[in-house]
Amino acid sequence: MTAAAEGSPPLRMARARRSPLLQSEAVQGIALISPTFLYALILLVLPILVVIAHSFWTQDYLTIDHTFTLENYRIALTEPIYRDLLWRSLYISLTVSLLTVLLAYPIAYFISFHGGRQKSLWLFLITIPFWTSYLLRVMSWKVILGYNGVLNSGLMGLGIIDEPSTALLYNSSAVIITLTHAWATFAILPIFVSLEKVDRTLVEAATDLGDGPLRSFLRVTLPLSAPGVISAALIVMIPTVGDYVTPKLVGGKDGVMIANAIQAQFGKASNWPLGAALSVTTMVIVSLMAGAAVLVIRALQRLAR
Amino acid sequence: MLERVQSERTISDRAMIEIRDVTRSYGAFKALDNASLVIREGEFFSLLGPSGCGKTTLLRMIAGFDTPTSGSIAVDGQPMDGIPANRRPTNMVFQSYAIFPHLNVEQNVAYGLKRLKLQSGEEKRRVEEALAQVSLTGLGKRRATELSGGQRQRVALARALVMRPKVLLLDEPLSALDKKLREQMQVELRRLQQAVGITFVLVTHDQYEALAMSDRIAVMFGGRIAQVASPKEIYQRPVNRQVADFLGGMNFVKAEIVEENGASLVVDTLGFGRVRTDKPKTFVRHGGAATLGIRPERLRVLWDNATAKFEVAGKVVERHYFGEITHLIVEIPGLEKPLSVTETNDFGADDIPVGAPIRLAYDPEALVAMAD
Repeated sequence: MTAAAEGSPPLRMARARRSPLLQSEAVQGIALISPTFLYALILLVLPILVVIAHSFWTQDYLTIDHTFTLENYRIALTEPIYRDLLWRSLYISLTVSLLTVLLAYPIAYFISFHGGRQKSLWLFLITIPFWTSYLLRVMSWKVILGYNGVLNSGLMGLGIIDEPSTALLYNSSAVIITLTHAWATFAILPIFVSLEKVDRTLVEAATDLGDGPLRSFLRVTLPLSAPGVISAALIVMIPTVGDYVTPKLVGGKDGVMIANAIQAQFGKASNWPLGAALSVTTMVIVSLMAGAAVLVIRALQRLAR
Repeated sequence: MLERVQSERTISDRAMIEIRDVTRSYGAFKALDNASLVIREGEFFSLLGPSGCGKTTLLRMIAGFDTPTSGSIAVDGQPMDGIPANRRPTNMVFQSYAIFPHLNVEQNVAYGLKRLKLQSGEEKRRVEEALAQVSLTGLGKRRATELSGGQRQRVALARALVMRPKVLLLDEPLSALDKKLREQMQVELRRLQQAVGITFVLVTHDQYEALAMSDRIAVMFGGRIAQVASPKEIYQRPVNRQVADFLGGMNFVKAEIVEENGASLVVDTLGFGRVRTDKPKTFVRHGGAATLGIRPERLRVLWDNATAKFEVAGKVVERHYFGEITHLIVEIPGLEKPLSVTETNDFGADDIPVGAPIRLAYDPEALVAMAD
């Protein structure tokens, strides 16, 4: 105690000689994050505020009427077309995240538990699709699913179907298939990380206490990797609700999603306030859904005990 | 005291674990080399050795987490070949305890019972009973992450005991605890084993732990079993220098064999003169030389004019103080290495000046002949 008290005044003086403001930990921290923070503020927070503001205004031909109104939200929530588009977007993103997680888990499990020394090679291979543009990957799905596409000719060659099926492309299923493939890596990585953290002796302990491979997986490995599953589901779900390119390219008229409607309002229809209200509504619903997804997975985790 | 406790329970002669010619190779390296061992029912058995001696490999093979390259293991008369770990009548306390972090204490202990589909009252009763056995009553709702090291160890123990295994396997269960707690747990583990009567197989590299708890010990080096015997026998009659050295200090004295017959040896030594000693059963003669060993505490300082039937004289060259004992290094004319002597401090061994002449008394019984 005494030694510390004696030792501190000279120390403090030494600090005082330099700029005291720059010595403060809080200031240093803010200085460190400020470039990113300013960037996010100007390009993310401000535009969102602009969008939120617009959603309460009205488009008056070429000008904006700035009187406060909730009319845009009434249209966004009650107009059947927007309601349907919103539901479809939610349905597609939920299905995509569920499918992606289901398909990604075994891959992540294999790499983590049976990857051996080639773990990093496997992870490297998984990122290879990212070397090409997303547009090219969507286009290649068009080639696979199209009327004269790989899948149709393959099925006809095998004699399973007589004429090319039109059910493959330009509908919500095509959007789901394309998105599931596109987001696989983003689901594999967080699941892999959480599986890596599962202590292997815990699985041995479960085996020792009488569990076969399936039971020990369900009772130990799966619950302990739940954080990775949750983040994988959210990472896939949140951006896919608002996906615009994929439905535009492979969705046809049955695969249109809410983002396409928003784009139309800001573009051709030139009704920024309605587009803004649709955007805000989507944002709120996605946030709620993400929260609900976390709660549901937590509850499932508790049930698994 | 411990000796008395140990004699309270009689161990049956029935074999619980039979290990026959078990070898485990990893390429050219043999983690376990042709090991054979019989562990009796109700016995507290320890596998003792330095790290890498194959003791953990052997334990894991009994548990079913590893498979012998050749040889066989039987538990309770049943050959274990091809039987997976989850269907063996053994349970394990892991070195890291492997407490399930997503479950509380009660759920951890009940983990293995869930599969047995007991009536809920019965399951609860058995969990309570197991928690009581390890003095954790009332902590059932505690989360696994809120437990101290000692408590985690008890949970791991309860979780295995609640399964009522035929054999409980313990993989260095006390190595993560601090000294005081470790000593307390040694006593408790021994007491628990006596109470439940289950065969315990303990893996440890701590010789005092093995000596204090076991009915019998197997000392292992480099994948081979060097000696299997009671703690007292292992300590007093080690079969070779390696075993003697691993279990506490030992003074080694070169000796020349003068006479060898059925049960005894007569040898000539430079410091101790001509000595007659018991011939160990495992003694194999290599030429005319042998090694005698004597524990530092079996050499006693002779004060003033006291005499003993057997004594050696020398000079103190070093003195080390350890609280209740003092460690003396004594040079004896004719011996190539000075002797270590430990003496309790109640007569002032800590005041013996370095350089002083000293006489040491010994019992020829304490001189052990061993293979070199």
